[in-house]
Order: sequence, then structure tokens, then C-alpha cells
Amino acid sequence: MILLPCPWCGPRAADEYAYLGELTPRPDPQRATRTEWRDYLYLRANLAGWTTERWYHRMGCRRYLTVQRHTVSNDVRSVAAAGSGGEP
Amino acid sequence: MTATGGFRLPAQPGELIDRSRLLPFTWNGQRHVGLAGDTITSALAADGVRVFSRSFKYHRPRGILTASYIDPGVTVQVDDEPNVRASHRRLAAGMTVTRQNAWPSLRYDVGTANQLVGRFLTAGFYYKTFIKPQRLWPAYESVLQRFASGGRLSGDSVHGYYDKRYAHPDVLVAGGGPAGMGAALAAAQAGARVMLVEEEHELGGSLRWGGVEELALLSELRAAVAAAGVEVLVDSVVAGRYDDNWVSVLQRGLPEVQERLVKARVKTLVVAAGLIERPFVFSGNDLPGVMLGTAVRRLVNLYAVRPGTRAVVLSANPEGDAAVADLRRAGVEVAAVVDARRGEDIHRALGKREVTGVELADGSRVDCDLLVTSIGWTTPTSLLNMAGDRPRFDAAAARFRPTDDLPASVLAAGGIVGDGTPEELVAHGRGVGAAAAGRAGFGGPSLADLPPPLTGRPHPGLFRGRTHGMVDFSEDVSSKDILSAAREGYDSAELVKRYTTATMGPSQGKLETVNTIAVLAEATGSTIAELGTTVWRPPYAPITLGALAGRIFQPVRYSPMQAWHEAHGAQPLVAGMWIRPDHYGDPAAEVRTVRERVGIIDVTPLGKLDLRGPDVPRLLNAVYVNKWSKLEVGSVRYGVMCAEDGVVMDDGVTGRLGPDRYLMSTTSSGAAAVWEHLEGWLQTERPEWQVHVTPLTTSYASINIAGPRSRELLARLTEGVDLSAEAFPYMRVRAGRIAGVDDCFMWRIGFTGELSYEIHVPASFGLHVWEALLDRGRDLGAAAFGVEAQRILRLEKGHLIVAQDTDGLTKAFDAGLDALVKLDKDDFIGRRELVWSHERGSAYTLVGLQPVDGSVVPPEACQIVRGANTIVGRITSSRMSPTLGRSVCLGYVLAELAGPGSLVTVQLPDGARIQATVMPHLAHIDPEGRRLRV
Repeated sequence: MILLPCPWCGPRAADEYAYLGELTPRPDPQRATRTEWRDYLYLRANLAGWTTERWYHRMGCRRYLTVQRHTVSNDVRSVAAAGSGGEP
Repeated sequence: MTATGGFRLPAQPGELIDRSRLLPFTWNGQRHVGLAGDTITSALAADGVRVFSRSFKYHRPRGILTASYIDPGVTVQVDDEPNVRASHRRLAAGMTVTRQNAWPSLRYDVGTANQLVGRFLTAGFYYKTFIKPQRLWPAYESVLQRFASGGRLSGDSVHGYYDKRYAHPDVLVAGGGPAGMGAALAAAQAGARVMLVEEEHELGGSLRWGGVEELALLSELRAAVAAAGVEVLVDSVVAGRYDDNWVSVLQRGLPEVQERLVKARVKTLVVAAGLIERPFVFSGNDLPGVMLGTAVRRLVNLYAVRPGTRAVVLSANPEGDAAVADLRRAGVEVAAVVDARRGEDIHRALGKREVTGVELADGSRVDCDLLVTSIGWTTPTSLLNMAGDRPRFDAAAARFRPTDDLPASVLAAGGIVGDGTPEELVAHGRGVGAAAAGRAGFGGPSLADLPPPLTGRPHPGLFRGRTHGMVDFSEDVSSKDILSAAREGYDSAELVKRYTTATMGPSQGKLETVNTIAVLAEATGSTIAELGTTVWRPPYAPITLGALAGRIFQPVRYSPMQAWHEAHGAQPLVAGMWIRPDHYGDPAAEVRTVRERVGIIDVTPLGKLDLRGPDVPRLLNAVYVNKWSKLEVGSVRYGVMCAEDGVVMDDGVTGRLGPDRYLMSTTSSGAAAVWEHLEGWLQTERPEWQVHVTPLTTSYASINIAGPRSRELLARLTEGVDLSAEAFPYMRVRAGRIAGVDDCFMWRIGFTGELSYEIHVPASFGLHVWEALLDRGRDLGAAAFGVEAQRILRLEKGHLIVAQDTDGLTKAFDAGLDALVKLDKDDFIGRRELVWSHERGSAYTLVGLQPVDGSVVPPEACQIVRGANTIVGRITSSRMSPTLGRSVCLGYVLAELAGPGSLVTVQLPDGARIQATVMPHLAHIDPEGRRLRV
């Protein structure tokens, strides 16, 4: 089980977190086409490589985090609070 | 068979047995006496027992092969525990040990007929036979189950205590032989916290069956390990290594604990697993009496058991020669030593029930009751595999050896790396242990360097001899099976493994992987190096489901009124984490109490979230489908939450307590999810909004007071709040003092359909207020009601329950919430999808239903059908209504059938069909809501 560094709590085992999947920006609900909305709800790139993901530190500080992780090596490049900028 | 101990030797220098402690036990009903320190097989071998089981497919007799944990032919039943590894499990007084997989007896096994029909059981027989005709499969299955191994599970077995522990050692050493002890010592001396894990019952590995010098080294090492403060776990096994050195350790043989699963986060992992002796493939190699050199050495030196009377030994290494010396010392006549290093070989083992002789390569025969082979080793690289290493075959050393393709936090030490004298193995272990400590941050950077690796000494490559024999002893796969699989085109190691099931049995490849690959190489004209080994995956050793489950850490929640419920005969209902009163004996009477007088129900599990800040209305508008901007202080409103896909997620009432202060209630089961939903929206989508969310679910005890006399009852206890209909109308909230308790909230809502007040009081006063209500309401006929009565009441009233009357596909319009959903709001979670849902229209509609025969209650989840087999709806809730004296339901029907008065057909579980009428409203009583608004 990987160790994920929480900006507030330090390195913690992955089972303290809820993994919420790849970050999918919410389209403008007034303008989104059906295709865009379907992609937002259901489609994921599932890359073998660097991905930007959302994790939630459920058993810790209860912060939502934006994590850049390599899905093959499990290396973590950055962890930041969600909504703090730097998101696609 | 009686307890003779006829094969027990005089005292041996390294013996583990205590001759002063006799342990009586039974084997297949026969009485035996073993000694403390014996394994089950050593005690039986001391009494001359040779046959321990019948093999998996052909039911061939099997005996001791390795005398270690992985011994494939000695799996037995001990009392009510199946699949006990008898060459590992320590004997205990009073054990009832019985055979497995031999029916009706070990001597006369009907299954041996399988040997005559062997052509049906060859490679891939699972895929080829017992397939057609399909209608006969149940018959095949019952016959096959009878022949398959597995022992018996008793339904009455006590579920023992299984423990779980988390550990954070700096260095974890897997394997307690000379290198492992050396590594643990060096790491501990460098200041690291060290955990040393050994699969067997004591530290020492091969030193334990060595001579005087090895035993002296062993006692020196054991003393040093104890003095260095190393935490030693014996009879324990490292089952797996996962990302970032997350290591699972299974600890067995503990007092009062069945098994303990240790989850360790390790800075540096040292793998010192040693070597496993590999069997030789030849005809008769699985007969009882054919065993490995290390098995002989274990039996003689650890348990003082003479493994036979007249032996032939095939030796290719010094360990085999040492086995010959052990046999001679034990008084076994060594009839022949066949030295593979000089090119000598054996042809086949002779005998039916056990070995009676050996045919040598020149055709001559030697009578014997023991055939010992020491022809090479398997490198147990499992943990290194799990860390990413792919071992390479070293043909000169005739075994796989690890490469350096490992993370810096995983190191290999000792025999798994190469060969050496005991002193060299200890020294290598010490060097690796120091490096492990260095990499864990102890002793400075120079310490992190590895010692020079041990080299592999030359060893003859012996895999299969001149005849065919067993490759996988647990799965009964022979070298012929592998040849025939190769002929059928299964020419890679991974394919052969899956097709023949070789390496897939209880030994999990530890004995048979290399021989499988060697025979496949022979069949395909390839080499072992070219084919490579199969990948070893966790777990390395069997783990019981009990150990995985461990202790139950899931909390159980009770309301502050639990003591009262228990004292008054409440039937407990498990509702998520909560234990709630389902009813107090008669739910129908409880319903009548509410409809006619006044009842109180404990609704403490209702989710309660305190919301504060100027942007709360924006949050409410975002998460609820209806409008919240104009909610006045002192008012409450019902709301429904949807997910972004428009599916109904939760519902509840939210009240405005002050200008910037709100209290949100959620369903009991949705409390945690709604909190995370709100936090998720606030933290990820709208971080600029000023809202603070605080869960108060367990801070307040909640009571619903329902019924025509509820106002009268609550008024008797309330101070500072005017409860009159004019001052405190429907859908309003007030704060005040109840039964002398300050800071209580009361909101006037009506899930049951009656005049009712939901009160939230500080949790520590919950029981007091509960008892005060019942006490002061005695003359009004006040009584408690449970969850079942509430479910009936709300069904009579036609109020839906999320996740009961909705499911993972129910969008807001499907659930009849049209009036609530405000698509003219700019945005809310789920709006985009609901706009399309509204354009499309709903296929199904939630309706009230009444069976024409009101005495029938169609069970929930019954299908509504049309014609022979078309499903047009389903029942989601159904009860007998005490108020109406007839059955009432909620359910979904196709929109075209949803008109009032429409007759639909409900299919009951037994196939019978009944008629039901679609009602004009969801509510079966008081659809106008007059009772609520009094």
C-alpha cells in the first residue's frame, strides 16, 4: 500500500484516504453539451503515466487533495489542497 | 498400531524434543504418544507411520517428503481444523488427528481406481472432461468433491480471537537462519528497531541440524540476537511485500490468539529466505519412503527419529553427503550412495504402497525402505519478486538467483544470493543488515553500501532423470502431463502452469516451479534460462480468512436512550453503525398510539449538520434541487439532494436558526456521505464560499413526538416557547428549554403524517428528556414506538425513503419529486442531467398501490408484470396498515399505467399473481395533510 504525503498530516497509508479518481473539471452547466457532460460524469483517460487525481483524507484531516501520481511507479510529484489553484 | 516409539533415537545434540513430557494423541482413531517439541509427523514417524494421505487426483499414497511446512503429502485434520500442515504443527496433548482425502481408508482407497482411468485426468482435464452433457454436471460435481482434498469444517467451530497489529520497524528481516540472524544483529547494533521473522518454531535455519560447530554458532547467535533487543517473531511468515515496503506478517502459535496479522511499514526489508531443497523427477518419486536429504536431517537431528532401516541416497552436494553421515550415525544401513557428481543416477523407485527398492541406472536393484535425494535447490525469491525483481537462472549453480533490480529499500542476504559456509553466510548477513540500517537512516551514509555478493558454487543440473515422475506433488501433475501440455501448444511457463495446474496447489511452487520449467524446457528444446520463472505473488504462505478479518474495528453506535430501550424489551435493529429499537413487541399497536394519542420515537441517528456563514444559502441552493434563498429565520424546509447524474442521493429537512446559522438533517444512513458531499463541494468547486460545516449527529439526541396529543405533551415540558398553532405553525423551528434542559431545538414537521415535533436535545440529557416525556404523558396514553411503526406510518402517509423507494438509477422526476425540482435555478448539483431527464420524461413513476385483496401484503421487491413475462414495475415498500385495516404499497409502474384506478398485476415470490389498484396519491391516508396542520 502506497504512502501518500498529506500536506497537513505527513506521510500516511493510502487506506486512510478515499481515492476519488482522475480529476475531471466540471463543465459550465449552462453551456455543456450532452457529450461534454457524459465525459465529465463517466469517461476517464486511465493513463499509464502521470495523472492528476483527487484524494480525500477521510481518516485524517478531511481535506480534499489534488495529487499528481504516476500510475505505474506510484511516484507522487505533488500534493496540494483542492481548490488552491494549479488544477487543469 | 500402538505407541511404541520404535523409531526414536537416543538423545541428539540439537534435538527439540522434551523426553520428559509425553503427549498422548490419536491418529485415525489409534492412540499414539509423542513428545513435547514433536511435530505431528515426527511423532507418528517415531511410531513407524509412513503413509499420511492420498494424493489429490490419483489417490496415490503419500508420506513425508520435506518434513517442513510445505511438506505436500501430510496435510491432516486436527480436531475441527482442516488442512493442518502436519510437518510444521507442533503436537499438543489430546489432539485428534485424522487423514484427509482418503475414502474410505488410507489402506484401501477407492480413489486409486483413478489411476486406472488416468487418461481422463491428464493435463487440462478440468477443461476437457466432466463438461458434457451439461445436465450431468451436478452429478460430476458431487463425485469430484468426494475425491478432492480439503478436510471438514464444523458448523459449530468457535470463532476464535484473531488479532491485528500495526508495526513500524526500521528494518524487517524475513528469515531467521544464519544470514537473517546476522542481518538483524548488525542492524540492531547500528541503532535500528529490528523485527526478525522466522517461519519455523525457532531461529537457526540449517544450523539447527548441523554438527557441533554449527550448534555452537547457533547458540552464540541466538544469545546475541536476544541481547541486541531484536523483536523476534517465530512460527510467523512474511506473506507479502507491497508498495512502499508495506509488509504483511502472519503470526501463528500464540497463546489465546488464533492468528495475528501484523501490518508493518518498514524502512528497509531484508530478505534472507535461504534455500528450499528441490525434489528429483523420476518414476516412483512420490512413494512414501522417498524423501529429501533435508527431511532426513530434520528428522534425525531435530526430532531424533530414524527415518528408515535401509537407505539408498542420491547425492549431488555436500548437504546430501551430510545426510548420509546422519543416517549412518542413526543406525540406518546405507545400502548405496549414488553420487550424481560422478554422473551416477537412479532409474526408478520400486514399490506399491511404499518404497521397497531402487532400480539403479545400470538396471541393478537394491532393496531399501528409504530413498533419499539431494539434487539441488530452489531459491524462494517470492518477496524479491513482489518488490519488482525478476530472478535469472544461473546454469552453473543450477538455480535461479536474484538480480539487483530492486528498490533501495529491499535487500537480499545469505543463501538466496549465493553459497557460503555458515560463517560466510553470517558475515554476508551482517554486511547487508548494516546497509539496511544505513538506508533506514542509522550510522551515517557509508553504512548504506552493500557487502560483496556471495557467489554461486558449481552444482550439477539435475531436474528429471531417466523416467517420468511427479513434478507437482500437491496437484498430482507428472512430467508426462507437462510434455503433453507442451505438445498441445502450451509452451510458456505461465501457460503450462494454468493448463496443468502445476505450481497452483498448496505448495504454491516452492517445490515444483523449477522442475516444471525444466521439464517444459526439455519438451520445447529450450532452456530454463530462456523460459524464465513464473511470477510469485502474495501471499507467500496460506492465511486464514479469520486472520484477514481480524478484530472488528467498526464502531457500534447507541443512542443515549439505549438503556431504556433495552429495559423495555426493544427488538434491536441493525441500521448501519447504529443499533435501533425496531419495535417494543407490537408495532401495529405502536402505530395506533401515534394515530390516536401520542407516541415518541428515538431518531438520534438522523444526520445533523451545523452550517454557519454568509454563503450557506448558496450552498443549500447548490446541493438541494429546490430553492433556499428566501428561507426565513425560524422556518424549516424539506429538500432532496441529487448527485451530478440526477440520481436521488439523500433527503431531509433544513432549518434556519439565525441569520447565518442553519441546522441540516440528513437520513440516518446518509449522514457521513452528505457531510463529505458538502465538504467536497466547498473545498473543490467553491473554495471561496464562506461556510463552516460541523457534524452534530451524536452531539444531540433526537426524539420525534407524534400524534394528535403531541402539542399537549410537549407544552407540559417546554419553557419559553409558545406552541400554539398560530405561534408555532407547521414547518417552523424554535429553540428553547425542554424538561429543564437548555439549548434544545424543536421543529414542527410530519414524517408520520400526524401533528409532530422533532426535538434535538444535548445528548447527555437525551435519556432524561425521553423519560420525562413518557412520565408526563402517561395520562395522555403516550408510549414509545420503534422504527417498524414509523415505517408503517410514513408508508400510510406516502412519504418515500431514499434507497428504499429509490435506487441507484432513480432520478428526481422518476421519484415523483416534480414539484420540488426547480430547473429555473441557475445551477445546482444534478441540474444539467435533470433538465434532460425532464425533456425525456420518466419511463417509470412512483405511485401508491393497494392490492384488491387487502389481506395480501406483496413482499417488497415483487415485480409488477404484464402478459406472460414482461416486467412493468416493482413494489418498493409494502405493509399491512393498522389504520386502514388493509395492505398498502409504494411502487414503480410504467408511466402509461400510472393513472389513478389503473389495475396492475403483481407477481408474488411463489409465482401466484394478484391485482393491485394504482391510487390517486402516494398518501393512503390524509392526502390533503389536514392532520399535520392542526
